[in-house]
Amino acid sequence: MSLSPDLLARIRDASAHHGGPRAAMLEALRMIQQEHGWVSDAHLAEAAQTLGVGLAEIESLATFYSLIFRQPVGETVILLCDGVSCWLNGAEEVRDALMARLGIGFGQTTADGKYTLINIACVGGCDRAPAAVVGRDRRLVGPLSPEGVAELLEGGL
Amino acid sequence: MTDFKPNTLPLTGRARADRRPHSLAEWQALGGYSAVEAALKLSPAEVVAQVAAARLNGRGGAGFPAAQKWRFMPEPGQSPGTGPSYLIVNGDEMEPGAFKDRLLLEALPHQVLEGAIIAAHATHATEAIVLIRDAYRPGIAAMEQAIQEARAAGLLGALSIRVHPSAGRYIVGEETALIEALEGNRAMPRKRPPFPAASGLWGRPTTVNNVETISLVPHVISMGPEAFSGLSWTDEGGTKLYGVSGRVKRPQLIEAPMGTTARELIERCGGVSGNGRLLTFQPGGGATGFLGPEHLDLPLDFGHVARAGSMFGTGTLIVLDETACPIGAVARHMRFYARESCGWCTPCREGLPWASRILDALEAGTASAADLDALRMIAAEAGPRGRAFCDLMGGAMAPLASALARFGDRFEAHLTGGCPQRRLA
Ligand SMILES: Cc1cc2nc3c(=O)[nH]c(=O)nc-3n(C[C@H](O)[C@H](O)[C@H](O)COP(=O)(O)O)c2cc1C
Ligand code: SF4
Ligand code: FES
Repeated sequence: MSLSPDLLARIRDASAHHGGPRAAMLEALRMIQQEHGWVSDAHLAEAAQTLGVGLAEIESLATFYSLIFRQPVGETVILLCDGVSCWLNGAEEVRDALMARLGIGFGQTTADGKYTLINIACVGGCDRAPAAVVGRDRRLVGPLSPEGVAELLEGGL
Repeated sequence: MTDFKPNTLPLTGRARADRRPHSLAEWQALGGYSAVEAALKLSPAEVVAQVAAARLNGRGGAGFPAAQKWRFMPEPGQSPGTGPSYLIVNGDEMEPGAFKDRLLLEALPHQVLEGAIIAAHATHATEAIVLIRDAYRPGIAAMEQAIQEARAAGLLGALSIRVHPSAGRYIVGEETALIEALEGNRAMPRKRPPFPAASGLWGRPTTVNNVETISLVPHVISMGPEAFSGLSWTDEGGTKLYGVSGRVKRPQLIEAPMGTTARELIERCGGVSGNGRLLTFQPGGGATGFLGPEHLDLPLDFGHVARAGSMFGTGTLIVLDETACPIGAVARHMRFYARESCGWCTPCREGLPWASRILDALEAGTASAADLDALRMIAAEAGPRGRAFCDLMGGAMAPLASALARFGDRFEAHLTGGCPQRRLA
Protein backbone atom coordinates (compact mmCIF):
# COMPACT_ATOMS: atom_id res chain seq x y z
CA MET A 1 0.00 0.00 0.00
CA SER A 2 1.50 3.30 -0.94
CA LEU A 3 1.41 6.43 1.16
CA SER A 4 -1.82 8.39 1.12
CA PRO A 5 -1.98 11.68 -0.81
CA ASP A 6 -2.54 13.44 2.50
CA LEU A 7 0.56 11.94 4.06
CA LEU A 8 2.61 12.72 0.95
CA ALA A 9 1.43 16.31 1.15
CA ARG A 10 2.47 16.51 4.77
CA ILE A 11 5.89 15.09 3.91
CA ARG A 12 6.22 17.69 1.17
CA ASP A 13 5.26 20.33 3.73
CA ALA A 14 7.91 19.03 6.05
CA SER A 15 10.50 19.29 3.32
CA ALA A 16 9.90 23.03 3.34
CA HIS A 17 11.32 22.73 6.86
CA HIS A 18 13.79 25.56 7.34
CA GLY A 19 16.56 23.00 7.70
CA GLY A 20 15.63 21.64 4.29
CA PRO A 21 14.54 18.15 3.27
CA ARG A 22 17.38 16.38 5.05
CA ALA A 23 16.35 17.81 8.38
CA ALA A 24 12.78 16.75 7.63
CA MET A 25 13.66 13.08 7.16
CA LEU A 26 13.04 12.05 10.76
CA GLU A 27 9.77 13.98 10.77
CA ALA A 28 8.70 12.10 7.65
CA LEU A 29 9.63 8.75 9.18
CA ARG A 30 7.66 9.59 12.30
CA MET A 31 4.61 10.56 10.26
CA ILE A 32 4.73 7.34 8.26
CA GLN A 33 5.06 5.32 11.43
CA GLN A 34 2.23 7.18 13.08
CA GLU A 35 -0.06 6.18 10.25
CA HIS A 36 1.20 2.70 9.38
CA GLY A 37 2.77 1.56 12.64
CA TRP A 38 6.13 0.93 10.98
CA VAL A 39 8.24 1.99 8.01
CA SER A 40 8.41 -0.50 5.14
CA ASP A 41 11.01 -0.49 2.35
CA ALA A 42 8.38 0.73 -0.11
CA HIS A 43 7.35 3.58 2.18
CA LEU A 44 10.95 4.49 2.78
CA ALA A 45 11.51 4.76 -0.98
CA GLU A 46 8.40 6.89 -1.41
CA ALA A 47 9.50 9.21 1.36
CA ALA A 48 12.98 9.54 -0.14
CA GLN A 49 11.52 10.38 -3.50
CA THR A 50 9.05 12.88 -2.06
CA LEU A 51 11.73 14.63 -0.06
CA GLY A 52 14.27 14.46 -2.87
CA VAL A 53 16.88 12.76 -0.71
CA GLY A 54 18.83 9.59 -1.42
CA LEU A 55 17.35 6.29 -0.34
CA ALA A 56 20.59 5.38 1.44
CA GLU A 57 20.47 8.65 3.36
CA ILE A 58 17.01 8.16 4.76
CA GLU A 59 17.66 4.49 5.35
CA SER A 60 20.77 5.22 7.38
CA LEU A 61 18.66 7.50 9.54
CA ALA A 62 15.80 5.03 9.84
CA THR A 63 18.16 2.31 11.03
CA PHE A 64 19.93 4.56 13.51
CA TYR A 65 16.93 5.35 15.67
CA SER A 66 15.73 2.50 17.83
CA LEU A 67 12.10 3.64 17.84
CA ILE A 68 11.71 3.86 14.07
CA PHE A 69 10.44 0.37 13.34
CA ARG A 70 11.69 -1.30 10.18
CA GLN A 71 9.41 -4.31 10.57
CA PRO A 72 5.72 -4.60 11.40
CA VAL A 73 4.81 -4.16 15.04
CA GLY A 74 1.73 -5.11 16.98
CA GLU A 75 -1.24 -2.84 17.70
CA THR A 76 0.27 -2.05 21.07
CA VAL A 77 3.98 -1.62 21.55
CA ILE A 78 5.17 -2.27 25.07
CA LEU A 79 8.46 -0.55 25.89
CA LEU A 80 9.57 -2.38 29.01
CA CYS A 81 12.29 -0.73 31.05
CA ASP A 82 15.44 -2.74 31.69
CA GLY A 83 17.21 0.04 33.59
CA VAL A 84 18.79 -0.50 36.97
CA SER A 85 16.13 1.12 39.16
CA CYS A 86 13.53 -1.15 37.59
CA TRP A 87 15.82 -4.18 37.91
CA LEU A 88 16.26 -3.42 41.63
CA ASN A 89 12.50 -3.61 41.99
CA GLY A 90 11.85 -6.85 40.18
CA ALA A 91 11.74 -5.91 36.50
CA GLU A 92 13.18 -9.25 35.40
CA GLU A 93 10.37 -11.15 37.09
CA VAL A 94 7.89 -8.90 35.32
CA ARG A 95 9.75 -9.46 32.05
CA ASP A 96 9.58 -13.23 32.48
CA ALA A 97 5.88 -13.15 33.34
CA LEU A 98 5.13 -10.91 30.38
CA MET A 99 7.12 -13.07 27.98
CA ALA A 100 5.47 -16.25 29.26
CA ARG A 101 2.03 -14.73 28.97
CA LEU A 102 2.60 -13.33 25.48
CA GLY A 103 4.75 -16.18 24.25
CA ILE A 104 7.32 -13.80 22.76
CA GLY A 105 10.74 -12.39 23.53
CA PHE A 106 12.12 -8.88 23.16
CA GLY A 107 11.82 -7.53 19.65
CA GLN A 108 8.98 -9.91 18.81
CA THR A 109 5.29 -9.58 18.06
CA THR A 110 2.51 -11.91 19.16
CA ALA A 111 1.02 -14.14 16.47
CA ASP A 112 -2.32 -12.33 16.71
CA GLY A 113 -0.55 -9.05 15.97
CA LYS A 114 -1.67 -7.47 19.20
CA TYR A 115 1.54 -6.83 21.10
CA THR A 116 5.17 -6.09 20.42
CA LEU A 117 7.59 -6.23 23.33
CA ILE A 118 10.73 -4.08 23.32
CA ASN A 119 13.30 -3.45 26.01
CA ILE A 120 14.49 0.09 26.60
CA ALA A 121 16.15 2.09 29.36
CA CYS A 122 15.18 4.02 31.11
CA VAL A 123 11.62 5.22 30.60
CA GLY A 124 11.87 8.00 33.17
CA GLY A 125 9.47 6.27 35.50
CA CYS A 126 12.03 5.16 38.09
CA ASP A 127 9.66 6.33 40.83
CA ARG A 128 7.16 3.78 39.51
CA ALA A 129 9.60 0.93 38.97
CA PRO A 130 9.29 -1.56 37.46
CA ALA A 131 7.84 0.59 34.72
CA ALA A 132 6.94 0.48 31.04
CA VAL A 133 5.47 2.84 28.50
CA VAL A 134 2.71 1.46 26.34
CA GLY A 135 0.81 2.29 23.19
CA ARG A 136 0.82 5.19 20.81
CA ASP A 137 0.56 7.83 23.48
CA ARG A 138 3.42 6.18 25.38
CA ARG A 139 1.48 5.98 28.60
CA LEU A 140 3.62 5.25 31.64
CA VAL A 141 2.55 2.19 33.63
CA GLY A 142 4.01 0.98 36.92
CA PRO A 143 4.84 -0.32 39.39
CA LEU A 144 4.31 -3.56 37.52
CA SER A 145 4.26 -6.98 39.15
CA PRO A 146 4.41 -10.49 37.71
CA GLU A 147 0.92 -11.17 39.10
CA GLY A 148 -0.40 -7.94 37.64
CA VAL A 149 0.70 -8.72 34.11
CA ALA A 150 -2.44 -10.63 33.12
CA GLU A 151 -4.67 -7.93 34.48
CA LEU A 152 -2.63 -5.28 32.71
CA LEU A 153 -3.03 -7.02 29.36
CA GLU A 154 -6.71 -7.73 29.86
CA GLY A 155 -7.24 -4.12 30.83
CA GLY A 156 -6.47 -3.45 27.19
CA LEU A 157 -3.38 -1.33 27.90
CA MET B 1 21.47 30.22 53.38
CA THR B 2 19.66 30.55 56.64
CA ASP B 3 16.60 32.13 55.10
CA PHE B 4 15.65 29.03 53.13
CA LYS B 5 12.07 28.09 53.69
CA PRO B 6 11.38 24.40 53.18
CA ASN B 7 8.13 25.28 51.46
CA THR B 8 9.92 27.31 48.82
CA LEU B 9 9.63 25.07 45.82
CA PRO B 10 9.99 27.44 42.89
CA LEU B 11 10.45 24.70 40.33
CA THR B 12 7.78 22.18 41.24
CA GLY B 13 5.51 24.03 43.68
CA ARG B 14 2.92 24.65 41.00
CA ALA B 15 2.89 21.14 39.52
CA ARG B 16 -0.38 19.27 39.89
CA ALA B 17 -0.31 15.88 41.56
CA ASP B 18 -1.74 14.25 38.43
CA ARG B 19 0.76 16.17 36.25
CA ARG B 20 -1.98 17.74 34.14
CA PRO B 21 -0.35 20.80 32.54
CA HIS B 22 -1.77 24.30 33.05
CA SER B 23 -3.49 26.24 30.34
CA LEU B 24 -1.94 29.60 29.57
CA ALA B 25 -4.66 31.40 31.54
CA GLU B 26 -4.17 29.13 34.53
CA TRP B 27 -0.44 29.60 34.37
CA GLN B 28 -0.73 33.36 34.18
CA ALA B 29 -3.06 33.32 37.17
CA LEU B 30 -0.20 31.64 39.05
CA GLY B 31 2.17 34.44 38.11
CA GLY B 32 3.31 32.90 34.85
CA TYR B 33 5.07 35.07 32.27
CA SER B 34 5.75 37.94 34.68
CA ALA B 35 9.41 36.84 34.70
CA VAL B 36 9.44 37.01 30.90
CA GLU B 37 8.01 40.50 30.98
CA ALA B 38 10.64 41.60 33.49
CA ALA B 39 13.50 39.93 31.64
CA LEU B 40 12.64 41.40 28.27
CA LYS B 41 12.97 44.87 29.80
CA LEU B 42 16.57 44.03 30.65
CA SER B 43 19.41 43.91 28.16
CA PRO B 44 20.78 40.43 27.34
CA ALA B 45 23.95 41.30 29.28
CA GLU B 46 21.90 42.24 32.32
CA VAL B 47 20.04 38.91 32.22
CA VAL B 48 23.35 37.05 31.93
CA ALA B 49 24.70 39.04 34.89
CA GLN B 50 21.72 38.03 37.01
CA VAL B 51 22.10 34.36 36.07
CA ALA B 52 25.80 34.61 36.96
CA ALA B 53 24.99 36.21 40.32
CA ALA B 54 22.41 33.49 40.94
CA ARG B 55 25.21 30.92 40.50
CA LEU B 56 23.04 28.74 38.32
CA ASN B 57 24.90 25.65 37.15
CA GLY B 58 23.65 23.54 34.26
CA ARG B 59 21.59 20.56 35.38
CA GLY B 60 22.27 18.37 32.33
CA GLY B 61 25.15 16.48 33.89
CA ALA B 62 28.35 18.49 33.89
CA GLY B 63 27.26 21.41 36.07
CA PHE B 64 28.75 24.03 33.79
CA PRO B 65 27.80 27.58 34.87
CA ALA B 66 24.89 28.71 32.68
CA ALA B 67 25.98 32.34 32.48
CA GLN B 68 29.48 31.39 31.38
CA LYS B 69 28.08 29.28 28.55
CA TRP B 70 25.74 32.07 27.52
CA ARG B 71 28.57 34.61 27.37
CA PHE B 72 30.16 32.61 24.55
CA MET B 73 27.22 33.49 22.31
CA PRO B 74 28.07 36.28 19.88
CA GLU B 75 25.98 39.42 19.61
CA PRO B 76 24.05 39.88 16.38
CA GLY B 77 26.38 40.77 13.55
CA GLN B 78 29.43 39.57 15.46
CA SER B 79 29.50 36.06 14.08
CA PRO B 80 30.71 35.38 10.56
CA GLY B 81 27.97 34.82 8.01
CA THR B 82 24.28 35.42 8.41
CA GLY B 83 21.40 33.46 9.75
CA PRO B 84 19.74 32.56 13.02
CA SER B 85 21.31 31.83 16.36
CA TYR B 86 19.86 28.88 18.26
CA LEU B 87 18.83 27.91 21.74
CA ILE B 88 18.29 24.19 22.17
CA VAL B 89 16.49 22.83 25.19
CA ASN B 90 17.69 19.30 25.82
CA GLY B 91 14.85 17.01 26.84
CA ASP B 92 16.33 13.72 25.70
CA GLU B 93 16.60 12.38 29.27
CA MET B 94 17.49 8.72 28.88
CA GLU B 95 20.10 8.21 31.57
CA PRO B 96 19.19 5.13 33.63
CA GLY B 97 17.78 6.37 36.91
CA ALA B 98 16.92 9.86 35.64
CA PHE B 99 13.27 10.87 35.67
CA LYS B 100 13.25 14.58 36.49
CA ASP B 101 12.86 16.32 33.12
CA ARG B 102 9.81 14.18 32.45
CA LEU B 103 7.93 16.01 35.21
CA LEU B 104 9.06 19.46 34.08
CA LEU B 105 8.02 18.82 30.46
CA GLU B 106 4.75 17.06 31.23
CA ALA B 107 3.41 19.08 34.10
CA LEU B 108 5.09 22.47 33.73
CA PRO B 109 5.51 23.21 30.02
CA HIS B 110 4.86 26.92 30.36
CA GLN B 111 7.72 27.14 32.85
CA VAL B 112 10.06 25.56 30.28
CA LEU B 113 8.77 27.97 27.69
CA GLU B 114 9.27 31.00 29.92
CA GLY B 115 12.82 29.90 30.58
CA ALA B 116 13.43 29.37 26.87
CA ILE B 117 12.17 32.84 25.98
CA ILE B 118 14.41 34.44 28.60
CA ALA B 119 17.44 32.30 27.71
CA ALA B 120 16.97 33.06 24.02
CA HIS B 121 16.90 36.77 24.83
CA ALA B 122 20.09 36.46 26.91
CA THR B 123 21.95 34.48 24.24
CA HIS B 124 20.75 36.51 21.23
CA ALA B 125 19.07 33.40 19.91
CA THR B 126 16.40 33.94 17.30
CA GLU B 127 15.20 30.36 17.19
CA ALA B 128 14.59 27.86 19.95
CA ILE B 129 14.12 24.11 19.63
CA VAL B 130 12.97 21.81 22.41
CA LEU B 131 14.20 18.29 21.70
CA ILE B 132 12.17 15.65 23.51
CA ARG B 133 12.59 11.88 23.43
CA ASP B 134 9.87 9.75 21.89
CA ALA B 135 9.04 7.91 25.13
CA TYR B 136 7.94 11.28 26.56
CA ARG B 137 5.01 11.81 24.19
CA PRO B 138 2.89 13.32 26.99
CA GLY B 139 5.67 15.89 27.42
CA ILE B 140 5.84 16.47 23.66
CA ALA B 141 2.09 17.11 23.58
CA ALA B 142 2.19 19.43 26.59
CA MET B 143 5.05 21.49 25.17
CA GLU B 144 3.42 21.77 21.75
CA GLN B 145 0.19 22.93 23.34
CA ALA B 146 1.99 25.50 25.50
CA ILE B 147 3.88 26.89 22.52
CA GLN B 148 0.69 27.19 20.51
CA GLU B 149 -1.08 29.07 23.29
CA ALA B 150 1.82 31.40 23.96
CA ARG B 151 2.21 32.14 20.27
CA ALA B 152 -1.50 32.92 19.88
CA ALA B 153 -1.28 35.28 22.84
CA GLY B 154 1.67 37.08 21.31
CA LEU B 155 3.99 36.09 24.14
CA LEU B 156 6.76 34.77 21.91
CA GLY B 157 7.49 38.04 20.16
CA ALA B 158 9.87 37.42 17.28
CA LEU B 159 11.18 34.16 18.72
CA SER B 160 10.53 31.12 16.60
CA ILE B 161 10.19 28.03 18.74
CA ARG B 162 9.28 24.42 18.05
CA VAL B 163 9.42 20.94 19.46
CA HIS B 164 11.60 18.31 17.83
CA PRO B 165 10.48 14.82 18.85
CA SER B 166 13.37 12.38 18.78
CA ALA B 167 13.06 8.65 18.13
CA GLY B 168 15.21 6.82 20.63
CA ARG B 169 18.99 6.51 21.19
CA TYR B 170 20.69 7.83 24.30
CA ILE B 171 23.54 9.46 22.37
CA VAL B 172 21.11 12.05 20.96
CA GLY B 173 21.34 13.74 24.38
CA GLU B 174 25.04 14.53 23.91
CA GLU B 175 24.95 18.11 22.74
CA THR B 176 26.95 17.82 19.53
CA ALA B 177 25.20 14.56 18.59
CA LEU B 178 21.94 16.37 19.22
CA ILE B 179 22.96 19.05 16.74
CA GLU B 180 23.77 16.37 14.17
CA ALA B 181 20.36 14.83 14.81
CA LEU B 182 18.61 18.14 14.20
CA GLU B 183 20.48 18.51 10.92
CA GLY B 184 19.07 15.16 9.80
CA ASN B 185 22.22 13.11 10.28
CA ARG B 186 22.81 10.03 12.35
CA ALA B 187 23.42 11.35 15.84
CA MET B 188 27.19 10.94 16.12
CA PRO B 189 29.06 13.43 18.29
CA ARG B 190 31.18 16.14 16.70
CA LYS B 191 34.71 17.10 17.52
CA ARG B 192 35.00 20.05 19.86
CA PRO B 193 36.28 22.73 19.41
CA PRO B 194 34.62 24.45 17.70
CA PHE B 195 32.09 24.60 20.51
CA PRO B 196 28.43 25.04 19.61
CA ALA B 197 28.48 28.73 20.59
CA ALA B 198 30.97 29.32 17.77
CA SER B 199 29.62 26.79 15.31
CA GLY B 200 26.58 24.75 16.21
CA LEU B 201 23.39 23.96 14.36
CA TRP B 202 24.00 24.53 10.64
CA GLY B 203 27.23 26.23 11.58
CA ARG B 204 25.41 28.94 13.53
CA PRO B 205 25.94 30.03 17.15
CA THR B 206 24.08 27.59 19.38
CA THR B 207 23.50 27.09 23.09
CA VAL B 208 22.35 23.76 24.48
CA ASN B 209 20.83 23.67 27.95
CA ASN B 210 19.03 21.05 29.94
CA VAL B 211 15.28 21.26 30.61
CA GLU B 212 15.82 21.76 34.36
CA THR B 213 18.42 24.50 33.81
CA ILE B 214 16.01 26.35 31.54
CA SER B 215 13.09 25.83 33.93
CA LEU B 216 15.04 27.53 36.70
CA VAL B 217 15.80 30.65 34.69
CA PRO B 218 12.44 32.41 35.25
CA HIS B 219 12.96 32.06 39.00
CA VAL B 220 16.33 33.79 38.85
CA ILE B 221 14.54 36.76 37.35
CA SER B 222 11.42 36.75 39.49
CA MET B 223 13.13 36.07 42.82
CA GLY B 224 16.25 38.02 42.09
CA PRO B 225 19.70 36.43 41.98
CA GLU B 226 20.47 36.74 45.70
CA ALA B 227 17.27 35.08 46.84
CA PHE B 228 17.71 32.41 44.18
CA SER B 229 21.28 31.54 45.10
CA GLY B 230 20.27 31.70 48.77
CA LEU B 231 17.90 28.77 48.23
CA SER B 232 20.96 26.54 48.23
CA TRP B 233 22.91 25.17 51.19
CA THR B 234 26.15 25.52 49.22
CA ASP B 235 27.77 27.93 46.79
CA GLU B 236 25.89 26.46 43.83
CA GLY B 237 22.67 28.41 43.52
CA GLY B 238 19.04 27.40 43.62
CA THR B 239 17.06 24.33 44.40
CA LYS B 240 17.68 20.98 42.73
CA LEU B 241 15.14 18.56 41.45
CA TYR B 242 16.59 15.44 43.04
CA GLY B 243 15.26 11.99 42.37
CA VAL B 244 15.66 8.88 44.46
CA SER B 245 14.97 5.41 43.11
CA GLY B 246 16.10 1.82 43.44
CA ARG B 247 15.92 0.31 46.91
CA VAL B 248 14.01 2.95 48.84
CA LYS B 249 10.52 2.58 50.24
CA ARG B 250 8.92 5.44 48.33
CA PRO B 251 10.98 6.37 45.28
CA GLN B 252 10.21 9.92 44.23
CA LEU B 253 11.31 13.29 42.94
CA ILE B 254 12.23 15.81 45.62
CA GLU B 255 12.90 19.48 45.02
CA ALA B 256 15.24 20.62 47.76
CA PRO B 257 18.04 23.13 48.32
CA MET B 258 21.13 22.36 46.28
CA GLY B 259 23.48 20.63 48.69
CA THR B 260 20.86 18.49 50.42
CA THR B 261 22.34 15.24 51.72
CA ALA B 262 21.58 11.70 50.65
CA ARG B 263 20.63 10.97 54.25
CA GLU B 264 17.82 13.51 54.14
CA LEU B 265 16.66 12.51 50.66
CA ILE B 266 16.57 8.82 51.53
CA GLU B 267 14.73 9.56 54.78
CA ARG B 268 12.12 11.48 52.85
CA CYS B 269 11.64 8.35 50.76
CA GLY B 270 10.80 6.35 53.87
CA GLY B 271 14.28 4.91 54.14
CA VAL B 272 16.14 2.10 52.44
CA SER B 273 14.08 -0.93 51.40
CA GLY B 274 15.34 -4.49 51.00
CA ASN B 275 17.11 -5.29 54.26
CA GLY B 276 16.96 -1.64 55.26
CA ARG B 277 20.71 -1.08 55.25
CA LEU B 278 22.41 1.09 52.66
CA LEU B 279 25.16 -0.61 50.69
CA THR B 280 25.93 2.08 48.16
CA PHE B 281 24.36 4.72 45.93
CA GLN B 282 24.99 6.44 42.66
CA PRO B 283 24.48 10.16 43.17
CA GLY B 284 23.46 11.18 39.67
CA GLY B 285 22.20 8.42 37.41
CA GLY B 286 23.86 5.48 35.72
CA ALA B 287 27.00 7.23 34.53
CA THR B 288 28.20 8.22 38.00
CA GLY B 289 30.51 6.37 40.37
CA PHE B 290 29.24 4.60 43.48
CA LEU B 291 29.42 6.34 46.86
CA GLY B 292 28.95 4.66 50.22
CA PRO B 293 27.34 5.08 53.63
CA GLU B 294 30.29 7.33 54.55
CA HIS B 295 28.89 9.85 52.06
CA LEU B 296 25.40 10.07 53.55
CA ASP B 297 26.11 13.53 54.93
CA LEU B 298 27.89 14.85 51.87
CA PRO B 299 26.13 17.92 50.47
CA LEU B 300 24.99 16.80 47.05
CA ASP B 301 26.07 19.38 44.52
CA PHE B 302 28.47 19.26 41.57
CA GLY B 303 31.54 20.40 43.50
CA HIS B 304 31.14 18.30 46.62
CA VAL B 305 30.33 15.10 44.74
CA ALA B 306 33.24 15.59 42.34
CA ARG B 307 35.61 16.09 45.27
CA ALA B 308 34.27 12.87 46.79
CA GLY B 309 35.41 11.08 43.62
CA SER B 310 32.11 10.65 41.79
CA MET B 311 29.95 12.96 39.68
CA PHE B 312 26.67 14.66 40.46
CA GLY B 313 25.39 14.02 36.93
CA THR B 314 21.63 14.28 36.78
CA GLY B 315 21.23 14.46 40.58
CA THR B 316 18.97 11.42 40.56
CA LEU B 317 20.15 8.88 43.12
CA ILE B 318 20.09 5.13 42.60
CA VAL B 319 20.10 3.33 45.93
CA LEU B 320 21.29 -0.22 46.63
CA ASP B 321 20.69 -1.97 49.93
CA GLU B 322 22.96 -4.73 51.22
CA THR B 323 20.95 -7.45 49.51
CA ALA B 324 21.30 -5.84 46.08
CA CYS B 325 24.25 -6.95 43.98
CA PRO B 326 26.40 -4.06 42.74
CA ILE B 327 27.92 -6.31 40.08
CA GLY B 328 24.42 -7.03 38.79
CA ALA B 329 23.73 -3.32 38.73
CA VAL B 330 26.91 -2.57 36.79
CA ALA B 331 26.13 -5.43 34.41
CA ARG B 332 22.78 -3.86 33.55
CA HIS B 333 24.26 -0.42 33.17
CA MET B 334 26.94 -1.82 30.88
CA ARG B 335 24.38 -3.59 28.69
CA PHE B 336 22.65 -0.25 28.29
CA TYR B 337 25.76 1.74 27.40
CA ALA B 338 27.00 -0.98 25.05
CA ARG B 339 23.63 -0.99 23.31
CA GLU B 340 23.61 2.79 23.04
CA SER B 341 27.18 3.31 21.79
CA CYS B 342 26.99 5.14 18.49
CA GLY B 343 29.79 2.92 17.19
CA TRP B 344 32.07 5.68 16.01
CA CYS B 345 35.18 4.94 18.03
CA THR B 346 36.76 1.58 18.73
CA PRO B 347 37.27 1.64 22.52
CA CYS B 348 33.59 2.32 23.04
CA ARG B 349 32.18 0.19 20.24
CA GLU B 350 34.31 -2.85 21.13
CA GLY B 351 35.17 -2.21 24.78
CA LEU B 352 31.66 -1.79 26.15
CA PRO B 353 30.24 -5.04 24.72
CA TRP B 354 33.38 -6.83 25.93
CA ALA B 355 32.93 -5.49 29.45
CA SER B 356 29.25 -6.31 29.26
CA ARG B 357 29.93 -9.94 28.30
CA ILE B 358 32.36 -10.37 31.19
CA LEU B 359 29.92 -8.86 33.67
CA ASP B 360 27.17 -11.18 32.45
CA ALA B 361 29.55 -14.13 32.76
CA LEU B 362 30.43 -13.09 36.31
CA GLU B 363 26.78 -13.03 37.20
CA ALA B 364 26.21 -16.42 35.61
CA GLY B 365 29.25 -17.90 37.32
CA THR B 366 31.10 -18.71 34.09
CA ALA B 367 33.80 -16.02 34.27
CA SER B 368 37.45 -16.86 34.88
CA ALA B 369 40.10 -14.96 36.81
CA ALA B 370 41.51 -13.90 33.44
CA ASP B 371 38.14 -12.38 32.54
CA LEU B 372 38.19 -10.36 35.73
CA ASP B 373 41.69 -9.16 34.91
CA ALA B 374 40.47 -8.14 31.48
CA LEU B 375 37.60 -6.24 33.08
CA ARG B 376 40.04 -4.39 35.34
CA MET B 377 42.20 -3.63 32.33
CA ILE B 378 39.23 -2.24 30.38
CA ALA B 379 38.26 0.00 33.30
CA ALA B 380 41.82 1.26 33.72
CA GLU B 381 42.56 1.81 30.04
CA ALA B 382 39.19 3.04 28.83
CA GLY B 383 38.09 4.89 31.93
CA PRO B 384 40.04 8.14 31.77
CA ARG B 385 38.46 11.00 29.88
CA GLY B 386 39.85 11.63 26.46
CA ARG B 387 40.33 7.97 25.55
CA ALA B 388 37.14 7.97 23.52
CA PHE B 389 35.55 10.49 21.21
CA CYS B 390 32.76 11.55 23.57
CA ASP B 391 31.78 11.16 27.21
CA LEU B 392 29.45 8.20 26.73
CA MET B 393 32.26 5.75 27.28
CA GLY B 394 33.72 7.58 30.26
CA GLY B 395 30.25 7.63 31.74
CA ALA B 396 29.88 3.89 31.19
CA MET B 397 33.21 3.25 32.91
CA ALA B 398 32.36 5.31 36.01
CA PRO B 399 30.10 2.75 37.70
CA LEU B 400 32.42 -0.11 36.65
CA ALA B 401 35.64 1.47 37.88
CA SER B 402 34.10 2.60 41.17
CA ALA B 403 32.50 -0.80 41.75
CA LEU B 404 35.82 -2.56 41.10
CA ALA B 405 37.50 -0.27 43.62
CA ARG B 406 34.76 -0.47 46.21
CA PHE B 407 33.55 -4.05 45.83
CA GLY B 408 36.64 -5.89 44.57
CA ASP B 409 36.01 -8.80 46.94
CA ARG B 410 32.49 -9.21 45.64
CA PHE B 411 33.78 -9.46 42.09
CA GLU B 412 36.14 -12.22 43.26
CA ALA B 413 33.27 -13.96 45.02
CA HIS B 414 31.42 -14.16 41.70
CA LEU B 415 34.21 -16.26 40.20
CA THR B 416 32.99 -19.36 41.97
CA GLY B 417 29.38 -20.03 41.22
CA GLY B 418 28.09 -16.64 40.12
CA CYS B 419 26.12 -14.11 42.08
CA PRO B 420 26.15 -14.88 45.82
CA GLN B 421 23.02 -12.77 46.32
CA ARG B 422 21.21 -14.80 43.74
CA ARG B 423 22.31 -18.02 45.44
CA LEU B 424 20.91 -16.66 48.72
CA ALA B 425 17.59 -15.73 47.18
C1 LIG C 1 26.06 10.37 26.18
C2 LIG C 1 25.53 11.67 26.71
C3 LIG C 1 24.16 11.83 26.86
C4 LIG C 1 23.62 13.02 27.34
N1 LIG C 1 22.27 13.13 27.50
C5 LIG C 1 21.76 14.31 27.95
C6 LIG C 1 20.35 14.48 28.11
O1 LIG C 1 19.57 13.57 27.83
N2 LIG C 1 19.89 15.67 28.56
C7 LIG C 1 20.73 16.70 28.86
O2 LIG C 1 20.28 17.76 29.26
N3 LIG C 1 22.06 16.56 28.74
C8 LIG C 1 22.59 15.40 28.29
N4 LIG C 1 23.96 15.29 28.14
C9 LIG C 1 24.79 16.48 28.43
C10 LIG C 1 24.78 17.42 27.22
O3 LIG C 1 25.83 17.07 26.35
C11 LIG C 1 24.97 18.88 27.64
O4 LIG C 1 26.12 18.96 28.42
C12 LIG C 1 23.82 19.46 28.41
O5 LIG C 1 22.61 19.33 27.70
C13 LIG C 1 24.07 20.91 28.70
O6 LIG C 1 23.05 21.45 29.50
P1 LIG C 1 23.35 22.28 30.83
O7 LIG C 1 24.52 23.19 30.54
O8 LIG C 1 22.10 23.02 31.08
O9 LIG C 1 23.71 21.30 31.89
C14 LIG C 1 24.50 14.09 27.68
C15 LIG C 1 25.87 13.92 27.53
C16 LIG C 1 26.39 12.72 27.07
C17 LIG C 1 27.87 12.58 26.93
S1 SF4 D 1 32.52 7.23 22.90
FE1 SF4 D 1 30.95 5.82 22.10
S2 SF4 D 1 29.13 7.10 21.84
FE2 SF4 D 1 30.90 8.50 22.01
S3 SF4 D 1 31.58 8.83 19.88
FE3 SF4 D 1 32.74 7.07 20.64
S4 SF4 D 1 31.49 5.28 19.97
FE4 SF4 D 1 30.17 7.08 19.86
S1 FES E 1 15.20 2.58 35.46
FE1 FES E 1 13.25 1.93 34.75
S2 FES E 1 12.16 3.77 34.56
FE2 FES E 1 14.14 4.44 35.17
